[in-house]
Amino acid sequence: MPVVGKSMPRKDALDKLRGLSRYIDDYNFSDILHVTTVRSPHAYGRLNGVDKSAAEKMAGVVGVITADQVPGKNSVPLVFDDEPFLAQGYVRFHGEPVALVVAESYEVAQAAAALVKLDIEPLKPVLGIRESIEESAPKIYGNDNVFSRYNVEKGNAEEAMKSAAHVFEQEYETPYQEHAYLETNGVIAVPGNEGTMTVYGTMQCPFYVHDAVAQALGRERNQVKIVQTTTGGGFGGKEDFPSLVAGHAAIVAQLFNRPAKLIYKREEDIIASSKRHPGLIKMKIGTDDKGKITAALIDYYVDGGAYATLTPIVLWRGTVHALGPYECDHVHIKSWGVATNKVPCGAYRGFGSPQVIFAGESMMDEIATELNIDPVEIRRINCYKVGSSTATSQIIDQSCGLMETLEKASEKADWAEKWQRPEQRSGVMRKGVGVSTVYYGVGLGAGGKHLDRVGTSMTIMKDGSVHCAIGNVEMGQGARTVLAQIAADALGAPYELVNVVEADTSLVPDSGPTVASRTTFMSGNSLMLAAEQLRPRLLQVAADLLGAPVIDEVELVDGKAFLKSQPEGKQIGFRELAEKLYAYRLMPSAFGWFIAPDSSYDKETGQGNAYFVYSYCTNIAEVEVDMETGEYRVTRITSAHDMGKAINPQQVEGQIEGGTLQGMGYATMEEIRHDADGRMLNNAFATYILPTTEDTPELDPIIVEHAYDRGPYGAKGFGEVPLMGVAPAIANAIYNATGVRIRRLPIKPEKILGLDK
Amino acid sequence: MKIKLTVNGKKYQRDASETKNLLHFLREDLGLTGTKEGCGAGECGACTVIMNGKTVNSCLILAVEADGCEIQTIEGEAKDGKLTVLQQAFHKNHAVQCGFCTPGMIMSARVLLEATSKPTVEQIKEAIEGNFCRCTGYQQIIEAVQDASGQLKKKEGLKRA
Ligand code: FES
Ligand code: FES
Repeated sequence: MPVVGKSMPRKDALDKLRGLSRYIDDYNFSDILHVTTVRSPHAYGRLNGVDKSAAEKMAGVVGVITADQVPGKNSVPLVFDDEPFLAQGYVRFHGEPVALVVAESYEVAQAAAALVKLDIEPLKPVLGIRESIEESAPKIYGNDNVFSRYNVEKGNAEEAMKSAAHVFEQEYETPYQEHAYLETNGVIAVPGNEGTMTVYGTMQCPFYVHDAVAQALGRERNQVKIVQTTTGGGFGGKEDFPSLVAGHAAIVAQLFNRPAKLIYKREEDIIASSKRHPGLIKMKIGTDDKGKITAALIDYYVDGGAYATLTPIVLWRGTVHALGPYECDHVHIKSWGVATNKVPCGAYRGFGSPQVIFAGESMMDEIATELNIDPVEIRRINCYKVGSSTATSQIIDQSCGLMETLEKASEKADWAEKWQRPEQRSGVMRKGVGVSTVYYGVGLGAGGKHLDRVGTSMTIMKDGSVHCAIGNVEMGQGARTVLAQIAADALGAPYELVNVVEADTSLVPDSGPTVASRTTFMSGNSLMLAAEQLRPRLLQVAADLLGAPVIDEVELVDGKAFLKSQPEGKQIGFRELAEKLYAYRLMPSAFGWFIAPDSSYDKETGQGNAYFVYSYCTNIAEVEVDMETGEYRVTRITSAHDMGKAINPQQVEGQIEGGTLQGMGYATMEEIRHDADGRMLNNAFATYILPTTEDTPELDPIIVEHAYDRGPYGAKGFGEVPLMGVAPAIANAIYNATGVRIRRLPIKPEKILGLDK
Repeated sequence: MKIKLTVNGKKYQRDASETKNLLHFLREDLGLTGTKEGCGAGECGACTVIMNGKTVNSCLILAVEADGCEIQTIEGEAKDGKLTVLQQAFHKNHAVQCGFCTPGMIMSARVLLEATSKPTVEQIKEAIEGNFCRCTGYQQIIEAVQDASGQLKKKEGLKRA
């Protein structure tokens, strides 16, 4: 039986269940050095010097490394390459790495780190978006504190706004979000012969790490090898940051010619690693009398932190998606990624979208309220269907299941029964329901299309087992399993015999990052291309063994070859086919190289086919609020998703449930706080609060499949989408229960009581 | 200090530094790396082990405090290489994603099931409340524990193969 569309058990679960899977901290090498990081205690300051003498005298300390000792270039390669591996001249955020203490044991390294004296002359930091864009603000980046800006212009929104029947204008704000993957960052760098370096570690983007290590060491790419170890969660947080950690360990390993281990403690992981960008969104929406959107003016700002890192591309994605999945002929979106003296923000599941989705979906609810329209109905009026034109004038030509997600979710959640206007509700405990609709471009889109290609190396071993090396990683999302399902069916091999291995940069060329919900689609297609080359060779062997004159007469499914004319007749098993493949001296390997379908983008107007395809979802949240205390519970979240095809429905449900709870954390409790000097205050799990089982509502995932003709078996990709629209669905439900509109996340009881605007 | 303890039925006698926590002792001195460190501060539950029949955060306990104790870790869950019903239920119900919370989760669920053969959803939630999972949203984990105790009703309306 083919396995695509079936809930096959995970390839990696058995070892994980036995405690046998090896994460980076579970590895050791003899003669290993331990590294800790000395960090800036200030948000901004001039770095005049580092006094290493006391630390270096401590027994067991091997050395203290500063910027001047970086063998290659002291900058992490990404978009602008503006972040140094180790601070030089200035420190620009609280927690920025300044020096590396290297010792024979972790304990000694840590003790010695306290003895490293930093001579920093503090400067007044810039700490927020509004502050940073002030004309009079100190300039901490370029001459305007702006890393990047975009413009998306369709029709003439300014004019159309003038003739709109109704105009709505609001500001929304969203906070930081910490990924809180359960395994912290960590790597081990191992020097080899002839100037080679191998780095093992937890990561999402081995090819970024490859670039970074080569640059830090001043080595060629063929001297550096990056091997991803079993990764304990990523969610975007291990996209850019491991480059820096790996650079640090590799610098140490090269300087001392010994393996170096660098594992982050939770506190330093939170203080130093990238976060979701705080956002400020100003929306002005014009509609006609029936609630149809006729004009949209949107200004979107994100707080990029001290270095640009991924801000330019995060911002681009958010900008393109800022209006939400709604038709409108007159749109003008402007956006700015601004610099502040705080931790650099980067990728987090949704990548610049959850901020604008919170704004847009709250706004839709506000419009519906004002015009006295049911919030589900206003979405029926405006939502994308096949044939719709997006904010970038892209025509949605296929695979648009948005309306079906809306209908299925509202039916399953009993929306029609449960929704009523807030004025109709009474009592101390009040229930409410809220809805959000979301669309999301799969893959890197026009903004990152130069990186949107993926390689696969597939080999049928002599015993019939199949080895697939891919360019994307398993980080917990289930990629190895889903991709093995695709490979098995594409090849006709039994699922049990197919293994998709963890990423290694020496096995496939640079395949871009594991982000943007691109893995199932990109690596899936790449595996299919490899399988397409191998299959005729298997069929040739089978035809010979079955006595068929041409391969067209032979079928190969699920590891069995037989004559199409005699499905019940003689069968040849996959292992035998493989053995004969070698005996016939046919090439048992193939390479797949998949290039993403085209996308386009005009720099001036932002118009074009921003992404090659979109995934869609509808969330319906239900809450119960205590009107006296403002305390509330999210009781249920129904989420319907169109991901084209659910290759593994059980894993799809797992993604929906997990993403939904992360979205609920974002909506209800998660935030990073700083003091007036820009020092992060809550870099620990005791103070950065995460959802536990006690907070978990009933999660009700629904699968909707509108196949995409270029997807592997119709699949698009959707891993990020479950998080993205949860916050506004909850905020809208809170409004529905209480009549209180929350425009600044997270939703705290004080805000519901009106005590904290 | 010399300590004696039993881990997964095996007796050990080792020198333990007074400052080393049980988590690091298990991982570094006994080579039992199945137990994970997620925070080192008693917040996440990744380091959960069973000590004298009760779950503890092994990062909060000194190795010397475990002197004379009976400890069970994830490595002791499967018997003679065979997965327990609990592990099988985690496998079947997709209760494992990145897997970093899994060892601690299994330990907490194990103690629950020893005490309560048919726990309610509320009891399951309570038993694993101290175990963070950032991947699953907990639902498939809760279902796995229900399944392990023979109480999983098939979810209605869900598309399952
Ligand atoms: S590592 Fe012990 S509770 Fe987190
Ligand atoms: S499976 Fe990743 S933290 Fe639970």
